[in-house]
Amino acid sequence: MSLLTPDSGLLFWMILSFGIVLVILSKYGFPVIIKAVEQRKAFIEGSLDSARKANEQLANLKAEGEAIIAQAKEQQNVILKEAMVTKEQIIAEARQKAADETRKQLEEATRRIREEKEKAIREVRAEITDLSLAIAEKVMKESLSKDEKQKQVINKLLDEVSFSKS
Amino acid sequence: MDKIRIINKLGLWVVMFICLFSFEKVKAASEEVDVQTIVFSHIQDAYTWHITEWGETEISIPLPVVVWDKAKGLDVFLSSRLENGQTYKGYQIAQEGDYAGKIVMQDATGEWVRPVDLSLTKDVCALLLATVILLVIILKTASWYKKHPDEAPGGFVGMIEATVMYIEEEVIAKSIGEDYRKFSSYLQAVFFFILINNLLGVIPIFPGGANVTGNIAVTFVLAVCTFIATNAFGTKAYWRGIFWPKVPIFLKLPIPIMPFVEFFGVFTKPFALMIRLFANIMAGHTIILALTCLIFITASMGVIVNSGMTIVSVLFCIFMNCLELFVACLQAYIFTLLSANYIGLAKEKD
Repeated sequence: MSLLTPDSGLLFWMILSFGIVLVILSKYGFPVIIKAVEQRKAFIEGSLDSARKANEQLANLKAEGEAIIAQAKEQQNVILKEAMVTKEQIIAEARQKAADETRKQLEEATRRIREEKEKAIREVRAEITDLSLAIAEKVMKESLSKDEKQKQVINKLLDEVSFSKS
Repeated sequence: MDKIRIINKLGLWVVMFICLFSFEKVKAASEEVDVQTIVFSHIQDAYTWHITEWGETEISIPLPVVVWDKAKGLDVFLSSRLENGQTYKGYQIAQEGDYAGKIVMQDATGEWVRPVDLSLTKDVCALLLATVILLVIILKTASWYKKHPDEAPGGFVGMIEATVMYIEEEVIAKSIGEDYRKFSSYLQAVFFFILINNLLGVIPIFPGGANVTGNIAVTFVLAVCTFIATNAFGTKAYWRGIFWPKVPIFLKLPIPIMPFVEFFGVFTKPFALMIRLFANIMAGHTIILALTCLIFITASMGVIVNSGMTIVSVLFCIFMNCLELFVACLQAYIFTLLSANYIGLAKEKD
């Protein structure tokens, strides 16, 4: 049957057309496509790689930033602590100073009071002495002379009545 | 709403079918349907491209006849001059004998002989059409990459790319091994050439429908190409495996049984390739045609039988067309895969 015998005309055309297909496509067809796809594959891989690297760098930067922040915090803490200590010191010093001042003022005041008191006593003594002398003079105008011995006796008496001198 | 619309549509179709039957019945009943002639005239090559018959007039495209003879020289004319057994310049289409259906001429002794016949027959035209389509598709795809470097294509170019890369990586590279690049273009061309011809063959209307890959001449050329690709690049180990295979010595001497079997195998492999593709595609065309003819055979058996058989035939035809679509892809794949395997086997190392 002619179904199984290849026809020469068709054979010729088949060889021709398949030959053309083979020559053209093996030059401008399939290798171009495959090369393009492989290039793209390489490009994508390269891009992914650089993206991964960038990511890594970013992570590194982040870590660095975090480290810097941590360091800064630590420094801040140190500074704060120092400031605290200084503050306490200053406060303590101020307190000390105030206390000293107060004490000084107190002493001064006491001293002044004492001085005033002594002065007053001295004045009062002198007054009293004068007064006593006057009284005594008056009392003893007649009988008693105003000698030194009499003054001494009166002074002694006054001492005994608790007007201490010092 | 949708359901009602679908039912309405179905109803319309049924009415149309019934009209078609009553119309066809008149015609079919008047003549016996010669299934064998219909089927064979389709699956064989022809000098005209028969499209359909409208009433009594045949609608077909006459194709150019190119014949050459030593005595007469080159002759080019349209095949319409040879219609209905006419003779033109001493050429005519033989009605019977060894050359039935082919152009013949009488030589000096009065014998009917075949001239050198390079006519653009139906199969040749379909072949050239497929070649043009294939070249356009692949070159368009290739040029897309030039315009869009380092971009991924979508749509049709993406589909072609996916197919090319699948064949390249899964079929060619895996079957042949490291040295596959030398053969990849050939095998890609084989795959797409068979695929496009198969798919055009499945289309039932005019530019498609030709039984190209179901013609032995076409598969023969492809098989010879694979045969050359296999044996021209065979390694020493491959040829030793054929002429001095690793089998017990009594199988090789004194009668070389195994070398003979192996040597025979060199030819049976491409032969099997040729027959497989040819038989698959031809059988597919034959079955679909036979199923379609069933409608017209049963036309004379009454309306009930005819409509029953029509439904069965249409259902089977739909099924067979789906199957053919699958076979079209599968056979292209198998031809490529086996070719790659044979080439890979011939590349074996010690």
